[in-house]
Amino acid sequence: MKSVPASDTNLRMVATLKLELKGITKSFGSLVANDRIDLVVEPGEIHCLLGENGAGKSTLMNVLYGLYEPTSGEILVDGQAVKFSGPGDAMAAGIGMVHQHFMLVPVFTVAENVALGRESTGLGGVLDLEQTRKKIREISAKFGFNVDPDAVIEELPVGVQQRVEIIKALVRDARILILDEPTAVLTPQETDELMDIMRQLTAGGTSIVFISHKLREVKAISDRITVIRRGKVVGTADPSASTTDLASMMVGRSVNLSLDKAPARPGEEVFRIRNLTVMSDDGTRLVDDVSFAVATGEILTVAGVQGNGQTELTEAVLGLHRHVRGSITLDGHELVGRSVRQVLDAGVGFVPEDRRIDGLVGAFSIAENLVLDLYGKKEFSRGSMMNRTAIAEHAARKIEEFDVRTPSAQAPADKLSGGNQQKVVLARELSRPLKLFIASQPTRGVDVGSIEFLHKRIVAERDQGTPVIIVSTELDEVLELADRIAVLFAGRLMGIVPGKSSRDLLGLMMAGLSADEARAQLSATTTLKGEPS
Amino acid sequence: MTDPRTEPAPEDSLSAAPAGSPGGADLTGAAAPMKLPRTGPGKDERGKDLIREIMTGSGLVSVLAVVVALLIGAVLIAVTDARVAAAAGYFFAQPGDTFAAMWAAVSEAYGSLFRGATYDPTARTWLGQLGIFETLTFATPLILAGLSVTIAFRAGLFNIGAQGQIILGAIFAGALGFGMQLPPGIHLLVVIVGGAVGGAIWGGIAGLLKARTGAHEVIVTIMLNYIAVNLVLYLLKNQLKDPASSNPVSPPMPGSAVFPLLLGPNFRLNAGFILAVLAVIAIAWLLNRSTLGFEFRAIGANPNAARTAGMVVSRGYIVVMLISGGLSGLAGVSQISGTERSLDADVAGNIGFDAITVALLGRSTPWGTFFAALLFGAFKAGGTSMAVNADVSIDIVLVVQSLIVLFIAAPPLIRAIFRVKSPTINPPTIKPPTISAQATRGAAV
Repeated sequence: MKSVPASDTNLRMVATLKLELKGITKSFGSLVANDRIDLVVEPGEIHCLLGENGAGKSTLMNVLYGLYEPTSGEILVDGQAVKFSGPGDAMAAGIGMVHQHFMLVPVFTVAENVALGRESTGLGGVLDLEQTRKKIREISAKFGFNVDPDAVIEELPVGVQQRVEIIKALVRDARILILDEPTAVLTPQETDELMDIMRQLTAGGTSIVFISHKLREVKAISDRITVIRRGKVVGTADPSASTTDLASMMVGRSVNLSLDKAPARPGEEVFRIRNLTVMSDDGTRLVDDVSFAVATGEILTVAGVQGNGQTELTEAVLGLHRHVRGSITLDGHELVGRSVRQVLDAGVGFVPEDRRIDGLVGAFSIAENLVLDLYGKKEFSRGSMMNRTAIAEHAARKIEEFDVRTPSAQAPADKLSGGNQQKVVLARELSRPLKLFIASQPTRGVDVGSIEFLHKRIVAERDQGTPVIIVSTELDEVLELADRIAVLFAGRLMGIVPGKSSRDLLGLMMAGLSADEARAQLSATTTLKGEPS
Repeated sequence: MTDPRTEPAPEDSLSAAPAGSPGGADLTGAAAPMKLPRTGPGKDERGKDLIREIMTGSGLVSVLAVVVALLIGAVLIAVTDARVAAAAGYFFAQPGDTFAAMWAAVSEAYGSLFRGATYDPTARTWLGQLGIFETLTFATPLILAGLSVTIAFRAGLFNIGAQGQIILGAIFAGALGFGMQLPPGIHLLVVIVGGAVGGAIWGGIAGLLKARTGAHEVIVTIMLNYIAVNLVLYLLKNQLKDPASSNPVSPPMPGSAVFPLLLGPNFRLNAGFILAVLAVIAIAWLLNRSTLGFEFRAIGANPNAARTAGMVVSRGYIVVMLISGGLSGLAGVSQISGTERSLDADVAGNIGFDAITVALLGRSTPWGTFFAALLFGAFKAGGTSMAVNADVSIDIVLVVQSLIVLFIAAPPLIRAIFRVKSPTINPPTIKPPTISAQATRGAAV
């Protein structure tokens, strides 16, 4: 790594900054999203905000970034009380934010994006990017970002786009960087690189507020951890605290994180995919010549970075895709070319990737959602008339069985929390005899307490002898549930490895290496460094 | 198992893999997730959400919209009244006179509007006293066409084509009515079914095009309206023209093909109203109790989830447009076999467009539509009486109707515009409902 002279005027990293939040309260009407939150971020530390979805982390950071005005409480920068009426003020005070969803113009170059909002113009109003380019090269060299100022954003990998966001903040002299769920879109290797960058930034004097709900990452990188639950700070912790303790603080009760799972007893391979190719309307291969089989009584998880063909693979099984070649058989019956109804009736249970888009009708009651694909069955309808009594009884049973927290079965589904919505979808799909169970992202956006429950239900389904396919982009979940792991990259199957494979191996495969290539590379690396793997 | 080799999974491998390793650095470039726009029908555009919000808000908004529209209408009546203008001339000398004149003008206008639409004890004939039956007569086609818009909307389709479907229904009903000789009863039944089929064909075209090609139903139905208007003009000059008349009108409907009058020859109210009430009951049952209605509502509220749950969305679009068109066709029958008794180019009047307002005011529910249609029927029936007795232009009714639409549509519109104005804010992080769902329920974790 090249070192840049410290005299560089554009990077005054010497000016460190201490940030204090005192009694920040933010309410929306009667709802208190942040309740008297105190937080101190010391100069040069990585401070993690840990909490579940909806705990109030993002609200707090939006207050800090000037997007929200706090109802009460104050923000102190180096002991001075400040008032932000917009992100501009926060930036001026040295606070930068990298949002979970990047705020970049895809068709602009890196330099154009960085300059956006504070463009310098030359003679006659001509855009002058030379200064910006220079700064980007400096920052890039200093922290090993490896970013070309003239690359177009949409052609860059997500990990690099994220670095552009960080550069944007650094160019504006950010001395406190807020990273909102930065690892959600990264491969394990990219996550590692991000963490290296974070360490270098703090070495240079920048403080980082790292928002996450992933315990492993939080423990790996943080100097201090503040846990938020339902809008309140419930405590601070040391990164050496055990994951179980952290999870318990986050949830508010003791949580069993490790899943008690008996070894799989795979039987006959009843579900087979042979040479499956799924094309988009314009002819792009979304799934490319994939073949595998799943046996009764085992869980095959499909790992991969978001958008590498997993969605299309599951949708092809269900019959939602038009351009499908190859063969999908269940118990010897061909599923390709069947309608969705026929596939469901053949005994396939399907939990779609995004429950709010594909899994639930938000305006419908829970009871109606629980029969969304069963309403035509004999037990729920007489002729063309819905059997309301049966539907209500069914709802009462499933709400009880799956512990759906709701005031009533008649409440609309979109009023439920993510975890409870997911329980409704799972309850529906598991409420008939299945020959195959497919779930995409079964616990995305679900609170820790519900994750435990949902995982148990999935394993219980396996233990009844159902072949199970789980698609997940969260490696923790993949490793937790898998009896075998299939890795997809750019629509191609990189290989199938045992359920206990290492994260490094999976990471390399998720980046496009076959199982053998990945193993070869891993052993080469470890030999070089002389360490046992 | 394809591979027997099992790797140990180190607990802390996140920090164990060095970024500078030959693998990590150069591979990240290749790990770019492919950006794949999700394809397929039914990815809702934002305009749809806005229309849905306007069409299905709370009933209270409808009531308030009517009240506020009437208040503004009152202001217009007051400021255009000659007596008020005269009294305002000496406003500072005697302001009370101006207010008294205003009150007199408004109460006279709305009073005669109300009495004309319901019961007017001051009318000279007892026929004129019972305006309520005229209200029901005017409401009949509005109920049927309003239901047509309502049911399509519940399945997620914005049927602007009620006008054209009414015309087609009237053409079919008319052709079967004066073109055939059948025994009474059967003839009327044939006319009713034929009219429904005519409207269903016109609606079904839009449904089919939507399902097969994705053509937007709003565009298609608007175009079909034009075709229908010109088609009926052509037919009235040629095949369906009454040879006894020099005008483009059809021969009169024979007595066997018209709805019997319910209250004798002095009132226009006919059995078409009973047909409309039956249709409300049937559609309410269909939407709320039947499996088909369940599919319609699921498709309308979330076509993606409906598709994933095994419903055939394209088929749903076709079926609902057949039913919707059929209902408008029945509205055409209620015109030609009820009040008009012959086919002319203006057979649909403005019903097809008023029907959209009626469905909007009725919040896309069958009974809501029914009562909204009654209100609009009352406006029509009472408007004439207001014009005659209070000397207030009947156009004030049109203004009130338009204001109702404005007030129902405006709040979501303004919200939508406001949202457009805050692009820097990241919706998933800023939306309080996610927090509220967890925090207010409390027991979630």
